[in-house]
Amino acid sequence: MDNEMPPQPAAEGCGHNETRRNFLKQSSLLTALALAPGPILKAAEAELDETVAAAFEKVPLKLDVNGKKYKLSVEPRTTLLDLLREQLHLTGTKKGCDYGQCGACTVHVDGKRVNSCLTLAVMQDGKKVTTIEGLADGDKLHPMQEAFLKHDGFQCGYCTPGQIMSAVACIREGHADSEGEIKEYMSGNICRCGAYPNIVAAIQEVKSGGQKV
Amino acid sequence: MKEQLLQDGKAVGDRLSRVDGRLKVTGAAKYSAEYELPGLVHGVLVGSTVAKGRITSIDTKAAERAPGVLAVITHLNSPKVPGFAAKSNPDEPPTIGQPLRVFYDEKIYFNDQPIALVVADTLERARYAARLVKTQYAAEQHRTNFEANKSRAFLPTQAKRNPKSAQNDYTRGQADGYQNAPVKLEAEYVHESEMHNPMELQSIIAHWEAPDRLTVYDKVQAVKGTQRAFAKDWGLPEDHVKVIATFVGGAFGNGLHNWPHETAAIIGAKVTNRPVKVVLTREQMFTMVGYRPKTWQRIQMGATKDGKLVGISHESVGQTSTYEEFTESTVQQTRMMYAAPNVSTRYRILGLDISTPIWMRGPGEATGAFALESAIDEMAHLIGMDPLEFRLRNHTDTDPEKNKPWSTKYLKECFQAGADRIGWNKRQLKPGALREGDWLVGYGMGVGTFGANRGSAKARAALLADGSVVLQSATTDIGPGTGTAMVQIASDALGLPTDKIRFELGNSLFPQAPSQGGSSTVNTVGSAVNDACLALKKKLQELGGTSFANVQPEQLTLTGGQLGLKANGGPRMSFADLRKANNGQDIEVTIESKPDGSTRQNYSMYSFSVHFAEVKVHTMTGEVRVTKMVSCADAGTIVNQKTAGSQMIGGAIGGIGMALTEGAVMDDRFGRYVTKDLADYHVPVHADAPPVEVFFVNKPDTLVDPLGTKGIGEIAIIGVAPAITNAIFNATGKRIRELPITPDKVLLA
Ligand code: FES
Ligand code: FES
Repeated sequence: MDNEMPPQPAAEGCGHNETRRNFLKQSSLLTALALAPGPILKAAEAELDETVAAAFEKVPLKLDVNGKKYKLSVEPRTTLLDLLREQLHLTGTKKGCDYGQCGACTVHVDGKRVNSCLTLAVMQDGKKVTTIEGLADGDKLHPMQEAFLKHDGFQCGYCTPGQIMSAVACIREGHADSEGEIKEYMSGNICRCGAYPNIVAAIQEVKSGGQKV
Repeated sequence: MKEQLLQDGKAVGDRLSRVDGRLKVTGAAKYSAEYELPGLVHGVLVGSTVAKGRITSIDTKAAERAPGVLAVITHLNSPKVPGFAAKSNPDEPPTIGQPLRVFYDEKIYFNDQPIALVVADTLERARYAARLVKTQYAAEQHRTNFEANKSRAFLPTQAKRNPKSAQNDYTRGQADGYQNAPVKLEAEYVHESEMHNPMELQSIIAHWEAPDRLTVYDKVQAVKGTQRAFAKDWGLPEDHVKVIATFVGGAFGNGLHNWPHETAAIIGAKVTNRPVKVVLTREQMFTMVGYRPKTWQRIQMGATKDGKLVGISHESVGQTSTYEEFTESTVQQTRMMYAAPNVSTRYRILGLDISTPIWMRGPGEATGAFALESAIDEMAHLIGMDPLEFRLRNHTDTDPEKNKPWSTKYLKECFQAGADRIGWNKRQLKPGALREGDWLVGYGMGVGTFGANRGSAKARAALLADGSVVLQSATTDIGPGTGTAMVQIASDALGLPTDKIRFELGNSLFPQAPSQGGSSTVNTVGSAVNDACLALKKKLQELGGTSFANVQPEQLTLTGGQLGLKANGGPRMSFADLRKANNGQDIEVTIESKPDGSTRQNYSMYSFSVHFAEVKVHTMTGEVRVTKMVSCADAGTIVNQKTAGSQMIGGAIGGIGMALTEGAVMDDRFGRYVTKDLADYHVPVHADAPPVEVFFVNKPDTLVDPLGTKGIGEIAIIGVAPAITNAIFNATGKRIRELPITPDKVLLA
């Protein structure tokens, strides 16, 4: 949204985007015109060009999400988070800020934790994404999920998927050797309900339990 | 994790894991933006860029032409909301005044006021098109600077209209009687506005299922209240509006008011005839859904040299908007906490060109306790007395404000337990006396209290064919674990294991329950659940016929798929047969449960807490680390030690934010916040959170409700901030009276 200062009438700062967009529009239109059947040409003439341009802006994307293979066509500006939530309906991954500040959107990409709001979906082409929905082994919860339940590592539950994905990665990375280290390496995951001590206890238990995460 | 009710054990008091925990740890819990509806489209709000004035032109052409856009709604083309015109001055809680009528006219009351909704088929397209809306304003001089305008503060209208309103000035004994004391102090305390910032962004899906039938999936704390509000707005019978809030990703109070974005989404859905989802951005969470208002307070206090309070005068000015009068109980604790013979309080509000505040956890009491408990600490220091001892000398065993006995008060037990656990004996009377390398170490305490409120609520209980019981009530769960507590209460009332009981909430189709706010859900809804379960049992007993006729209800059990007796032997009757006796129907009851007014007349009912903090302050950088907290609560019966403990821990950590990191910074040139995301506005993270030890007195107060609960949510945070600021003083000798206490303030003090 328009956060520029000073508060002039809105929509300043759009020029850059528009230029880029016009360029995209024109370049895809060139291709389009070369191949286009009549109606599309008419549409372009009727200044419906934006609509046409938008259709051509989608790019193909292959993703493996929780073991399921997807062949998708997405807009380049779609974040991995919005793809998961709005298109694949995997709403376990949460949006808490959209700016990489809260960790609610944490998923694993090829086994590493990533803020899915900070990465465009198209950047993950061919990669393996694991979300909270893919962590348990069927009905059997992942040890971290069990530990969160036991230690009450949450209240409202909204930050929880991100905390759990981050916690699993934290152990895998070898950053869970002490309370202090866990707190440091989990500080990208905000819990407004303040379940932090319980989350740390859950991670410590899983870590010391020696189970494979 | 004991999921079963033990034969002779009680479910209440058990550490039952959350009944909805599995849904939360697997990502299956659905929050308001997460419902899949056919044809759902996305709405993005455009906010004003001036703080006051009028819109002179709004150009939506480019936005309308952008790909995928279905509608751009502004005050120029918005359908009229029938309830808006009529409500010129609705006189309803939570505020007096006129809640912002979104897209009603061209007037601007605050910066980032929603002025347009762009609806498109995808989120990306809606977001892009929202940037294309071009607006011109006739800006007027705005007032957002609190200090510069403080003299304009006024007595709230509700106090003017009603002499009995608690917002009126109060005097006990002699006005400003503190002046006659041998030791006196006067101090001013300020905190910046704080944002609730729940992790879930405020969101709603609005769906007109028919032209006169509205369903909303909405992040609110009151499904029934929201149902009534929207029914009124749209001139619909209440049962034509359905409100769903099954899971709420934190709220801390900001779901206690219906906000402009909700109505914007409903308008969007009307215009496009599609379900519309609106999810606020994090920036919009700072401007559109309330906040704890910036507040100035002054305490004047007098005491004798041997530590008896002579008087306290407490004055407060809280911020509100220009269009609604938001009020809270900032000075309440000062009236009843200590045995001072002379007490005066004065509460005023200040309308600025900023959006309306709303109660934030602990609300006014947390604000007031910051001033009162800091001043108590300052006075103890002045007379050279341990602040715990000073509080004990001014302890009161009756309510000095209302001259009534407390229903229960175990604050002294909390003092003792907390002092032992934090190691209060390590505290030095002289500030700055404890040092560990470059760190100064200090200890502080702060007391909290909040009314043990109970309202009326209904609950439905039904015995299903499979022998399980389902309970329903239109309450919500913003995080404390309402469903879990209700299942435990029901388990004891029914004599049925917890895993055979389900509690459903967050749906306006369920029986009436008030909002989840003011620490009263278990007192209110828990009592209704308890009563509904007892009534269900009674009905089963009747259906059981003569063989159960003379049995005491407490002797009945529902285990093993049959109605039976606790004692061995005796009659048994299977649920199947009971259903037969009920003409094959589910056996169900709906009960309304109300507090007993006369008991409430005769007693003062409060929860109490005390928080102890150990802090370290770095001598070179001014960094403050809270290294340990102990939070002790006299909150009556504790239904679930595990979830209640989490509530206390959460309150303590919220209080650390209040004390050390949270404060919205206003750029008065533009009337716009500088801090508008989680990088600028710092809420506590893992690294900020110390171990928090929790102690519950856990003694029932059956005058409040039959379960003996008093409420936890607010007292978990009330008193935390002063515990920390007092500890900083004890560590450094620096008294900082402005929150948040960031390192620069420590260094410059
Ligand atoms: S939503 Fe991605 S970090 Fe907050
Ligand atoms: S559980 Fe509510 S934000 Fe973490």
